[in-house]
Amino acid sequence: MGAVTALALLIPAIVAALVAIFGWRPFTAWLAPVSGLVIIGVGVVLAVHVLDVGPLAAFGGQLRVDALSALMIILIGAVATITTTYAVAYLRTELATGATTPKRARIYGVLVQLTIAAMLVVVTADNLGVVWVAVETTTVATVLLVGHRRDRNSVEASWKYLVLGSIGIATALMGTVLVYFVSRHSGGDPSNALNWSSLVERAPRLDPDALRVSIGLVVLGYGTKAGLAPVHSWLPDVYSQAPAPVAALMAGVVSAMSMYALLRFKVVADLALGAGFVRSLLVAAALFSLVAAASLMVTQRDYKRLLAYSSVEHMGLIALAAAIGSPLAMSAALLHMIGNGLAKSVAFSATGEILFLTGTTRIDGVRGLLRRQPFVGGVFALSLVALLGLPPFSLLASEVAIVRAGLSEGLGWVIAIAITVMLVIFTAVVVHALDMLTGGEVPPVSAPDVHITSLTGRAPFVVGLVAAAAIGVSIWPIERLLHAAALVVAR
Amino acid sequence: MTQTGFVQLLDLAAGVVLVTSFTALWLRRLSTVVRVVALQGVAVGLVALVIGIHSHETELVAISPIVVILRGIVLPGMINRAIRSGAEHREVESLINIPASLLAASGLTLLAYATTRAVVALSPSPQVQAIPIGIAVGLIGVLMVATRRKAVLQIIGVLMLDNGIALVTFLATSGVPLAVELGIAFDVLLAMFILQLLTTRIRTKFGGTDLDQLRELHD
Repeated sequence: MGAVTALALLIPAIVAALVAIFGWRPFTAWLAPVSGLVIIGVGVVLAVHVLDVGPLAAFGGQLRVDALSALMIILIGAVATITTTYAVAYLRTELATGATTPKRARIYGVLVQLTIAAMLVVVTADNLGVVWVAVETTTVATVLLVGHRRDRNSVEASWKYLVLGSIGIATALMGTVLVYFVSRHSGGDPSNALNWSSLVERAPRLDPDALRVSIGLVVLGYGTKAGLAPVHSWLPDVYSQAPAPVAALMAGVVSAMSMYALLRFKVVADLALGAGFVRSLLVAAALFSLVAAASLMVTQRDYKRLLAYSSVEHMGLIALAAAIGSPLAMSAALLHMIGNGLAKSVAFSATGEILFLTGTTRIDGVRGLLRRQPFVGGVFALSLVALLGLPPFSLLASEVAIVRAGLSEGLGWVIAIAITVMLVIFTAVVVHALDMLTGGEVPPVSAPDVHITSLTGRAPFVVGLVAAAAIGVSIWPIERLLHAAALVVAR
Repeated sequence: MTQTGFVQLLDLAAGVVLVTSFTALWLRRLSTVVRVVALQGVAVGLVALVIGIHSHETELVAISPIVVILRGIVLPGMINRAIRSGAEHREVESLINIPASLLAASGLTLLAYATTRAVVALSPSPQVQAIPIGIAVGLIGVLMVATRRKAVLQIIGVLMLDNGIALVTFLATSGVPLAVELGIAFDVLLAMFILQLLTTRIRTKFGGTDLDQLRELHD
């Protein structure tokens, strides 16, 4: 089984090498979606193994795969497949219109695979220091991807991301080093003092006062990287300026990696400090994120930024579920991560098409989308329906579960605020979406051909939405895995 | 090395790290600020060397020259290149004036000591007692990023933050492989950071993009 895990880690690295050698060509471009499918397959194999036998340790304990890791591998594979399939068509158009060069397309292909490989390391490493290095690697790679277009705005966005991302990631490192220090001084061996499995075992013996400072820094640092308020100001700029498939990958799963790291630390903190400490930090971050997102979505004039603030909102909801912390709430948090990952990657990919079609990211520059481009308009509309938490998509189930879990854990006032804010967001998104999808005069057909007319180009949109809807209708395919994963991080 | 000798050298080197971070806020010429931060990097390397010799950690002794070269020469050198390639004024511009910056930095230093009391109490050796200095230098780095307008100064702020973390890492872990592993990874990030600026600056010559004037993205 160790070899299977290694396969998942190696596949993106091999694809990256092939793209680097042969450049961005039809066959190397299609390797990326294939590698995504292989990652899903590996995730499923590991999930079956882990559910039958229990957590898997390989390579001298360097790699550790439990139910949560397997679930995250499947999510990474799914989002990678959707976004890299879309990227084939996206880059073909960019190359055809001269918006990018073969050299930049090659760099793009390599960096995306590097990001995917680093994310797989995040979810399979046992050592929390290695997790940090891998999260940092995703930052470096995505900073360069955000600047792919190299125009004024994308340079500004990547600069902001670099500065705030560096501060966030450095704060997380400071916290990680202090956790190591605390762990060493409570009898940890240098070789495994930062290993999550050993920290969990020795959690009751960790010095609570010293650990509190360390965990505080970790939450602040990874929270920044995940896009939680108050340090979320980089996120709308980055998601709106990055190439659409990159924004889709980042919103779909890269930001979830920081949340994953945070959840691992939370387990240790809850065991050593009781539930209250991390809960209060996360409740504050969650409410702040929801309110900040809502206030900027109401008056939003840019549809990509609208989706970016929707990411802040959904990260806030995941943080809220994590704050509640019961098994039901953690199932909801992970289900929400999956639903948001699938719907967001489809939504952001669709914005790439809308931008090609209309040449603007302004909401008032897009009218009558459903009539002009039924397919693009349709998937965009459905992905918004999913993100709003309407049936049949899975985000409804996870949001209902968060509310139930919150009420039974005595966090009624938090839930009340969250629901109020989400109603505001709901209204804002519906109003903006109706503006874009309907109405307006249909302009003469002068726009360039939308380039996802082929079946393969349309498949990822359909598959992503169908998957989100299927999980929403019936959770059974992932039910056992989801519950096992939730128990890993639940209190 | 005797215990008193060790403590004196350690405190001296750590003290230099803290003093240089205040000096970097106080100075007005960009090139001098870079020199001060280079000195800070050298002091961080010395801390690694002193701890390595004292606790007989050969690895730490071995990486200390690398730290000195990287933080004292390579990274400041890259920042200097970035300054030379930019055409703007080579003076510091700040959102808050210099006395206010220094006052804020003093406040941050107190904050660092206050928040890490529990950590220090865990094992109050001279080495561990210097950990708050690392945290303070990191916070002062963030202050610099937040209050300075120039892209170059924001990089210097991140470099100070990085120096602070490196100091904490050496003091807290006595340089197990972890220190190397994590530290180097962060330096890669920083090098990328500077390269990004450089490439942008090179484009500036052709396209007129100056990071200092990038203020277009907002709601």
